[in-house]
Amino acid sequence: MSETTSATEPRPKHREPLLELSDITKRFGGVTALDHVSLDIDAGEVVGLVGDNGAGKSTLVKTISGAYRPDSGRLLFGGAVREFATPGAAKDAGIETVYQDLALVDTLDAAGNIFLGRELIRFGAGPIRFLDHRAMREQAFALLERLGLKLPDPSAEVGTLSGGQRQSVAISRALYTDPKLVILDEPTSALAVKEAERVLELTQTLREQGVAVILISHTIRDVMATTDRIIVLHRGRKMADLVTADTDEEEVVRYIVGQDRVGQNRGGRAGQRTNSETQNGAEA
Amino acid sequence: MSGWRRFALEYGIFIILLVFMAVLAALSPNFLTLSNLRNIGTQVAALAVIAVGTTLVILLAEIDLSVGSVAALCGAVAATILSAGDQSSGWVVLALLGGLGTGAFIGFVNGALSVWGGIPSFIVTLGMLSVGRGLTLLITGGRPIFGLGDSFSQIAYGSVLGVAMPILLVVLLYGVAALWLHATQLGRYLYAIGANPRAVELAGVGVRRIKIGTFALAGALAGLGGMMIASRLDSAQPTAASGWELDAIAAVVLGGTSLYGGRGSVIRTLAGAVLLQFIANGLNLLDVQAYWQQITKGGIIILALLAERGLRGNTAS
Repeated sequence: MSETTSATEPRPKHREPLLELSDITKRFGGVTALDHVSLDIDAGEVVGLVGDNGAGKSTLVKTISGAYRPDSGRLLFGGAVREFATPGAAKDAGIETVYQDLALVDTLDAAGNIFLGRELIRFGAGPIRFLDHRAMREQAFALLERLGLKLPDPSAEVGTLSGGQRQSVAISRALYTDPKLVILDEPTSALAVKEAERVLELTQTLREQGVAVILISHTIRDVMATTDRIIVLHRGRKMADLVTADTDEEEVVRYIVGQDRVGQNRGGRAGQRTNSETQNGAEA
Repeated sequence: MSGWRRFALEYGIFIILLVFMAVLAALSPNFLTLSNLRNIGTQVAALAVIAVGTTLVILLAEIDLSVGSVAALCGAVAATILSAGDQSSGWVVLALLGGLGTGAFIGFVNGALSVWGGIPSFIVTLGMLSVGRGLTLLITGGRPIFGLGDSFSQIAYGSVLGVAMPILLVVLLYGVAALWLHATQLGRYLYAIGANPRAVELAGVGVRRIKIGTFALAGALAGLGGMMIASRLDSAQPTAASGWELDAIAAVVLGGTSLYGGRGSVIRTLAGAVLLQFIANGLNLLDVQAYWQQITKGGIIILALLAERGLRGNTAS
């Protein structure tokens, strides 16, 4: 609902949201997975998406990335109304998703994975297309460098890399297309603490480069440490839309378990934020 | 993985091959003669051709148990076409196309049933092993088809610039297959699908089409192998290539290609096939009873796999 947003909080021009969802609803049979969810995300903003299992995080992300089509509601990306029929269409528009189960091929090197499905071809056609190994390797290194990532042996199979390095390769793969929005689905769940930190640093690099990030995580501490804003889902509804700097772990967890019900979630971000702040005030 | 382990995995089969050559040469003066080596080359050629297809299928983490039957069937089809015609080169070309087409079609059915029908390739091709042999017996009436003509016999007995035709075929085929696997996009997809089919599918690659195409190719190669056998025997035998699917798999596995897919090399399959032939030939020259050959062959395959597992250590997939 863009009217609400502009009515309550006239934004400066440069803050026109990159992604804007209004009243997105998605049902599976009798289950309402998403119930009138509205949110917006600016370019270069890192937004945490949290909620318990079944809160609707995956459904929301899959709706944004084109895997699901909402039953109702509107999705604006880059200022235009979009209806992504497939993940491919969302990718073409500039939305990349890095899944938690790491869709990497262990027996290929980093370059092979980054270019999987879009290999650079030197010549040939049909079943005989000769790969341009060198160009792929060079471009892959440039990309990894951009992320501040150094692999000890760049030609090593990714199966021999650590979890964090693998995650970095997966993110590099998503970044190859110069996306405007990257969705990270539980990027640290399988990682050791040190490596998780490294991957979370990557989100800062992305922010600096003007890429928006949606970070889905169960680890509230990570979300607190890396995001600008936190959106909490509970049973398909948006419970809260919090500025990370103005909140704390305790409050976020309260919203996650659904203790602080914030009236109707139909407003834009500005209205929502006011709501939650009011409620904070009332509780304090 | 440490350097020497990798080296052993990559080149172990060639070293074993050299050791076998040395031992056999020491034991039998007839082994290291040009005519015996040429003999080994022509004998192993048909199996080597079939094993190329088996390698491709196994790289995909699939299996094809039907190649022996398909080889016999394709030999019988080619022989039937030849005996219907006048054995001129025109008919030979037609027979070759008929044999290759039959193999490709059966391979396609294998792939389609496995991919679209969702039946594991082990089961589909086990069924096709039986169907293929049955069709062969049906076509031949259970009797060999003799007299395939001089043109057709060139496949086994012809030579180009002094190189025996079967050996030339094998060298060409393996060269092309190795280059294709290593240097082309589709070759890379074969490895990638074997390692993680879902990831390749998510990357927008037509995994199913590639799988079906590979089965069809393996069928066509089995057909070529079958016609090479028919040419060498100047007859299509209904029992030709019985059990060869296991020899082909043995050659692939001896060559270090993982049965779990995603890892392997076609050149090392050739080394594996040659090793199998060395064992048979060497034990023949040494007058070892044929029964012992089977036992030796099986034992060596198991030993090779144990060695590979040991070398891969914790990284075994």
